Amino acid sequence: MTAALTPTTLFGLGGAALVGIGLFMVITHPSLLRRVVGFNLIGAGIFLVFGVIARRGAAAGFAGDPVPQALVITGIVVAFSATALAVALLRRLFDLTGRRDFDSEAPSASQSRGEP
Amino acid sequence: MTLLFDLALVAWLIALAGHIAMTREDRNAIVAFIAFGLLLGLAWVRLSALDVALTEVAIGGGVTGVLLLSAEAHLRKPLAQDSAQDRPHDGRRRLGNVGTIAAALASAAVTAGLALAVLALPTPAPTLAPVAAAALDTTGLGNPVTAVLLAYRALDTLLEKVVLLLALVGVWSLAPDRTWGGAPSLAPAVAPEPLVYLARVLPPIGVVIAVYMFWVGADAPGGTFQAGTVLAAMWLIVMLAGLRQPPDTAHRVLRLLLVGGPALFLAVGFLGFFIADGFLSYPEPIAKPLILGIEAALTLSIAATLAMLVAGPAQKAPEP
Repeated sequence: MTAALTPTTLFGLGGAALVGIGLFMVITHPSLLRRVVGFNLIGAGIFLVFGVIARRGAAAGFAGDPVPQALVITGIVVAFSATALAVALLRRLFDLTGRRDFDSEAPSASQSRGEP
Repeated sequence: MTLLFDLALVAWLIALAGHIAMTREDRNAIVAFIAFGLLLGLAWVRLSALDVALTEVAIGGGVTGVLLLSAEAHLRKPLAQDSAQDRPHDGRRRLGNVGTIAAALASAAVTAGLALAVLALPTPAPTLAPVAAAALDTTGLGNPVTAVLLAYRALDTLLEKVVLLLALVGVWSLAPDRTWGGAPSLAPAVAPEPLVYLARVLPPIGVVIAVYMFWVGADAPGGTFQAGTVLAAMWLIVMLAGLRQPPDTAHRVLRLLLVGGPALFLAVGFLGFFIADGFLSYPEPIAKPLILGIEAALTLSIAATLAMLVAGPAQKAPEP
C-alpha cells in the first residue's frame, strides 16, 4: 500500500466517495426517483475507479489502457438503459397507485384518482 | 497547478453528490445531477479518456437528465392540488435513526474498501495497451477504443445493443392494452417559443456534428455511441417542441431502424465463419469498411433506441 497520492489516484478516491454517497441514497432516500439518481451516482463512482485503472495502464504510446475505457463506454450505455426502464416502471407505478415514495402510507389509488 | 485543479474538481464532484443526496426537492437534485454529469466529463478529460468524456457528457449528463426531468414533471402533476401529499421529502422517516446510521456506516465501509483498493493498485499497473497497439494495424483503425469496441471485444458491444433493445421492450410493454402499438407523447400542450426556435435551429448543426463524430471515431475520439446520442438528442428536441410527433411504436420503419444495426452486426458476425476465422472476426483487407458499415447502421439504431427510451411507453391509441 505504498502507492503515492498522485492526481490519478485522487480521482479514484473521489469515485469511492461517490459510490458511498450513491449507496446511502439508494438505501435511505424515501423518494423512488431519487433512488434512481443514487443508482447513477454509484455507477459514476465505479466508472471513475475504472478510469483510474485505465489511466495507470498508459503504455505503448496511448494515454490510457483502451480496454477499461471501452468497458466504461459500454457501462454508461447499459446504465442508461437500466435507468430508462426503472423510470418507466416508476411512472407506471405512480399512474396505477399514486405512489412515488417509500413513505409509510401511500395515497391510495381511489384517493388520488377519484372513486372508480 | 494542475493538482490544484484536480483537487477542486474532485471536491466539486463530491459536494454536488452530497447536494443531490440531501436537497429536498427532486427537481433540484436532478438539475444538480446534470451539472454533475458535465463536471464528470471534465474529470474524464483529466484522466485522458476523451471517448469516455464525450459519452459521459452526452448520455450521463444530457439524455439521462432529460429522462429524469420529464419523469419528475410527470410524478408531480396529478397530486399538485393536494397539498397534504405534495410535501417535499424530508428526514428519513421510514428507516428511523438507527437504520439511517447503519446505512451510513455500511456506505462508509464500502467507500473505505474501494479507497483502500484504489491505493493498493499494483505498480507497475497491468495493461493491455501494448497488445491493443500491436493488433491495431490489422483493423485499419487509428482509435484503440473503437478497435476494442468493434473488433477485439465486439461480442460485448453486440450484447450491449441487445440489452438496449431489451430495455426498450421492457419500457414499451408498460403501455396499457388500449394504447399498445400507439405513439408515446412528449410535447407539452403549448411548447415554449424559445424551445421551438431551438428545435428549428439546432438539428442541422447537430446532425453535422453527429456525422463528424461518427466519421472521426475511427481514428480520433468519437464514435458510434457519441454520434448516436447526439442524433437522439436532435430528434428528441424536435419531438419535445412538437414540430414532429413521435412515431407509433408499432410503426414498421421505426422497428426496422431499431433492430437494423444489431441485426447487421450479428449477420457480419456469422459471416465471419465463412470469410474469416470465426464468429465476429473480420477478413483483414476489408476489416475497416466492414467496421465502418456496422458503425453506421449501429449509430442510427442507437439514436432511435435512445430517443424511444426517453419518449417512454405508448400513451395514445394507435392510428388505424
